Amino acid sequence: MNAEEIRKDFPILQQEINGHPLVYLDSAATSQKPRPVIETLRRYYEWDNANVHRGVHTLGSRATEAYELAREKVARFIHAPSPEQVVFTRGTTESLNMVAYGYARLKLKEGDEIVLTPSEHHSNLIPWQQVARFTGAKLKYIPLQPDGTIRLEDVRATIGPNTRLVAIAQVSNVLGTIHPIREIAAIAHAHGAVLVVDGAQSVPHMPVDVQDLDCDFLAFSGHKMCGPTGIGVLYGKRKLLEEMEPTYFGGEMIDVVELYQATWKEPPWKFEGGTPIIAGAIGLGAAVDYLTAIGMDEIRAHDRQLAAYALEKLSAIPDIEVYGPGQGTDRGGLVTFNLKGVHPHDVSTVLDAEGIAIRAGHHCAQPLMRWLNVAATARASFYLYNTEADIDRLASALQTAKEFFQHAIG
Amino acid sequence: MQLDDLYRQVIMDHYQRPRNLGDLEGGTVTVDLRNPSCGDEIRLQLLVEDGIVKDVRFRGAGCSISMSSASMMTEAIKGKPVAEALRLSHTFRAMVRGEDVDRDDLGDLEALQGVSKFPARVKCATLAWQALERAVGHDEADGGTN
Repeated sequence: MNAEEIRKDFPILQQEINGHPLVYLDSAATSQKPRPVIETLRRYYEWDNANVHRGVHTLGSRATEAYELAREKVARFIHAPSPEQVVFTRGTTESLNMVAYGYARLKLKEGDEIVLTPSEHHSNLIPWQQVARFTGAKLKYIPLQPDGTIRLEDVRATIGPNTRLVAIAQVSNVLGTIHPIREIAAIAHAHGAVLVVDGAQSVPHMPVDVQDLDCDFLAFSGHKMCGPTGIGVLYGKRKLLEEMEPTYFGGEMIDVVELYQATWKEPPWKFEGGTPIIAGAIGLGAAVDYLTAIGMDEIRAHDRQLAAYALEKLSAIPDIEVYGPGQGTDRGGLVTFNLKGVHPHDVSTVLDAEGIAIRAGHHCAQPLMRWLNVAATARASFYLYNTEADIDRLASALQTAKEFFQHAIG
Repeated sequence: MQLDDLYRQVIMDHYQRPRNLGDLEGGTVTVDLRNPSCGDEIRLQLLVEDGIVKDVRFRGAGCSISMSSASMMTEAIKGKPVAEALRLSHTFRAMVRGEDVDRDDLGDLEALQGVSKFPARVKCATLAWQALERAVGHDEADGGTN
């Protein structure tokens, strides 16, 4: 895989920001879009646009075919046993909320337990707080090691006979920690609990096989994997999707409607009330094609190499503190850090002046910030279009930031 | 985009050595405010007597822009009538939005003028002022006076 060649597929990367060539290191927030995805969206709107699953005209058939073909592509991408197990949603947040509202709130009761980690993104935390509030279930947390990893012995000690649901990110959006999902699934299942995996940071960056992981639900977003915003996926095991209730009601999702009652379609369509995100799904299909052609193993190897390089470069700068697993431990393609004595917003402003885009803030993980004992952090995250030269630019700009503030502070 | 436009010496000075940092005892209005999108937070305490800001303190955690703005604000409003503090707040907000204002009223606060060229940082600069307006019951964000 040649990142220099791949960059050419991304029109947005060909620009200057504040007089410097753009270095985009915020793909964990949202990825950039390659030309084939942008072109697919344009072609859809210029040529095939119609509503799906209704009407018998030619455009309606084309749009429906393209929409359902996208579902097949996504199913193959995550090795789902069938396309019917892929529900199109607005994104990871909506997918997780659908499980919380359509499944957990109906199934859990007082005395049941939901097991999480303190490093979850707010979207994989607050829906479960709400479930606990409405059902009387309790939240329990698997403790983190100092580098943000979890130990299987702690997983075994936290998940127990009352645990009904375990929810965990496969890759932490702040620390880059990669959690052992297959092993956690086995422990959860031994107690009859379902495992919900937040795949927002894993599905775009590594091969994910839901059958191999044996997770019960998997949620992820299209826009972090070269697809459009506004489209996401909820994968579920067939039996669970059948048991799960729709969270939206209306057109499109129904079977028979009478004046006082109605019945639903089969999954996944019963979860897709209203006109679905047709263009978004088709765009996501194009993104899946694009990533598959490059190869998820290749992308994973590239991310891993960039993360290791960034860790080495940043650790070499005095006054930079890096969080998460250290050198030699596998991590996702991101590095979170702070420059001593300088707030990450200020760091980010200095980097932006040099054309470098990073994320600064609490990363939608306030409990984790408290655990790290910081108010906020800076995060550089990588994807297939980043190069070691981008990280060299980052390291050099951080050196500038350090000198600038040391001088300014005097 | 010039960084020196944003990070003026006086700003870094207030960031490093914030004025009126701490707590006030008794008879005070306390406002806790945070910017949920970035995590900056401030606690502002005012002692208002006969329509005058007799004393003011703040505590907070945030970037150099939000903390220096808070520090300079406390210096600027201490001893002033509430109405004047509010006028200053409106002038300050207008300045960081890039509007033309009479800078004579602003003193040190003029140093934050550069924020107007960094739209992502305007919220940092106005956090303390929003707390001030809330403390005296004139919160623009809540729809004006109450």
